[in-house]
Amino acid sequence: MINEGVDISKRQFLTSALTVVGAVGTGYLAIPFLAQMRPSVKALAAGAPVEIDISKIEPGQLIRVAWRGKPVWILNRTPAVLEKLKTLEGDLADPNSNNSLQPEESKNSVRSIKPEIFVAVGLCTHLGCSPTFRPEIAPNDLGDKWQGGFFCPCHGSWFDLAGRVYQGVPAPTNLEIPPYRYVSDNLIIVGDLTGDTKA
Amino acid sequence: MKINRLALCGNWILERFPLAKVWNEHMTHYYAPRNFNFWYFFGSLALLVLVNQFITGILLTMNYKPDAKLAFDSVEYIMREVDWGWLIRYMHSTGASAFFIVIYLHMFRGLMYGSFKQPRELVWIFGMLLFVCLMAEAFMGYLLPWGQMSYWGAQVIISLFSAIPIIGDDLSLWVRGDYVVSDATLNRFFAFHVISVPLILVMLVFLHIVALHEVGSNNPDGIDIKKYKDEQGIPLDGIPFHPYYTVKDIVGVGVFLLFFATVIFYMPEMGGYFLEHANFIPADPLKTPEHIAPVWYFTPFYAILRAIPDKFAGVIGMGGAIVVLFLLPWLDRNPVRSIRYRGGIFKKALVLLVISFIGLGYLGTQPATPELTFFARILTVVYFGFFILMPIYTRWEKTKPLPTRVTEEHSLEEQLHTFEEQLPALLDELSEVKNTGPEIGDPAFRSSFFSRRPTAEGISHVLTRWLKKIITSLD
Repeated sequence: MINEGVDISKRQFLTSALTVVGAVGTGYLAIPFLAQMRPSVKALAAGAPVEIDISKIEPGQLIRVAWRGKPVWILNRTPAVLEKLKTLEGDLADPNSNNSLQPEESKNSVRSIKPEIFVAVGLCTHLGCSPTFRPEIAPNDLGDKWQGGFFCPCHGSWFDLAGRVYQGVPAPTNLEIPPYRYVSDNLIIVGDLTGDTKA
Repeated sequence: MKINRLALCGNWILERFPLAKVWNEHMTHYYAPRNFNFWYFFGSLALLVLVNQFITGILLTMNYKPDAKLAFDSVEYIMREVDWGWLIRYMHSTGASAFFIVIYLHMFRGLMYGSFKQPRELVWIFGMLLFVCLMAEAFMGYLLPWGQMSYWGAQVIISLFSAIPIIGDDLSLWVRGDYVVSDATLNRFFAFHVISVPLILVMLVFLHIVALHEVGSNNPDGIDIKKYKDEQGIPLDGIPFHPYYTVKDIVGVGVFLLFFATVIFYMPEMGGYFLEHANFIPADPLKTPEHIAPVWYFTPFYAILRAIPDKFAGVIGMGGAIVVLFLLPWLDRNPVRSIRYRGGIFKKALVLLVISFIGLGYLGTQPATPELTFFARILTVVYFGFFILMPIYTRWEKTKPLPTRVTEEHSLEEQLHTFEEQLPALLDELSEVKNTGPEIGDPAFRSSFFSRRPTAEGISHVLTRWLKKIITSLD
């Protein structure tokens, strides 16, 4: 390269300008390249609401349905279970669900619209495993302290039958309650709170 | 004149491409220390396994379908209906575990002989980047069979990102491309597993070797062989990599293949450690298996994650367990490289590190009961203690004087010979002759071996001596 009699500062300016323009261009190109990894329109549309007939759920029975690919539980709680829930508050991390995800009308001690019908997203708030339904009291493997609830086999988190997390387990918050509403006494829609869309 | 044509053709290439130059620089004129031992096999073995993974991986993609509906069945199709498909798949799945065995031993060698120290810091950094890439590669590859373990393992690991404050939830959504692990996730993991990460791996291997050949290999004595050179400038303790170490490595390859083939043909699942039982059930997004554990090579880090009773701190701990390894060249303040001349405190610390790593590895495969979690916490503290306290205890070390030239190790032949000489004395110490029956007439059968009975005193004597020897070797 000939350096004699050359205005170095001009050359420097051109180099810098080219670098900046190139960097900005690369930055813009990075947006579509990275954004294509976001959920596609199809994946977003698959979040459509699900309709569930709850008339056939026996007391004490739990059914699983898929919503947005996630397991959603519907549990018919017996009066005995509801009584038990009241006695647990001292052992729970967030008994009033102040730090947890739920629609406003489920933000109560039983975490549901109607006390007996419990609807929740069946994924542990720790790392997303699906906890197992363990309604029995003090089984051998879980010990005397177990009062019935959901046990996450992956990392040992405990939840009660209102999806409230116990203290001293890895899960940080209560199980998520999805948006849902009653169409009639026996029919609920999960994933739709407003009633604008027909399931 | 056929030979001449060939030579001409060869010359034509050599005039245009530095083939001979590269070969000389990195093979016939690359002088490696002459005292390499058993631990120096694992670098070339890692390369061998990488080649195995590439070839079998490419063959597997010919029949595998990266689609949530088809993936599980396509793997079973490979296993049952593709000619030799089972062999190719088992070579690939066993190769993954073999890769980690080889790499962990390779890293341990570096720790023992101080191969990460000045001037080889970059060799270590490139190696650690390789290790991280390898973990990413293995993790994404494990999703592809779309079994229960694939699915829930990926769900847990991707959820780790969601522990990051503020951006976490969006980040894990972006990684998955859906609200849960789904077809989109499988498809992109396939792309990463077969294209991006292998490319990065190859580039890093290249950089690792370039960096190594610039500074030269370390050796079990940890001393610089370039200090003493002959008239031609060749290190007195160096021997050309080719043919000496290429031939030596072939022996290592032979032994490795013996083990590798045994696993492939007789125990490809390795009792659920190489291929987990739950992964023979197709992925079910609504039900987590009763007990989930990662494949064995991730369990030490997984145990650290579980041991910490807070989601974000757990993720930090898990990541930190890998990050501290990167910092090793700057944590160790002792200039002596090889463990042979280092102080007892480092030797003991290294033993504790090995115990904690293997212990955490075991605990990571077990369900998280309160007692086991307690042990995992202790071992996590030991693991981090090794690294975090390193700048302190490596200053206290009383090191031994370094030799100026590399030392001789007794050859296997010599060792066997000494053992043979000591054997009768050892036998006398361990047992005594008891007359149990009538004297046997024929002198050919008059050996006292079968009338010997072990003595408790003798055995405890030998054991204490042996234990004392181990303890003094840690000083």
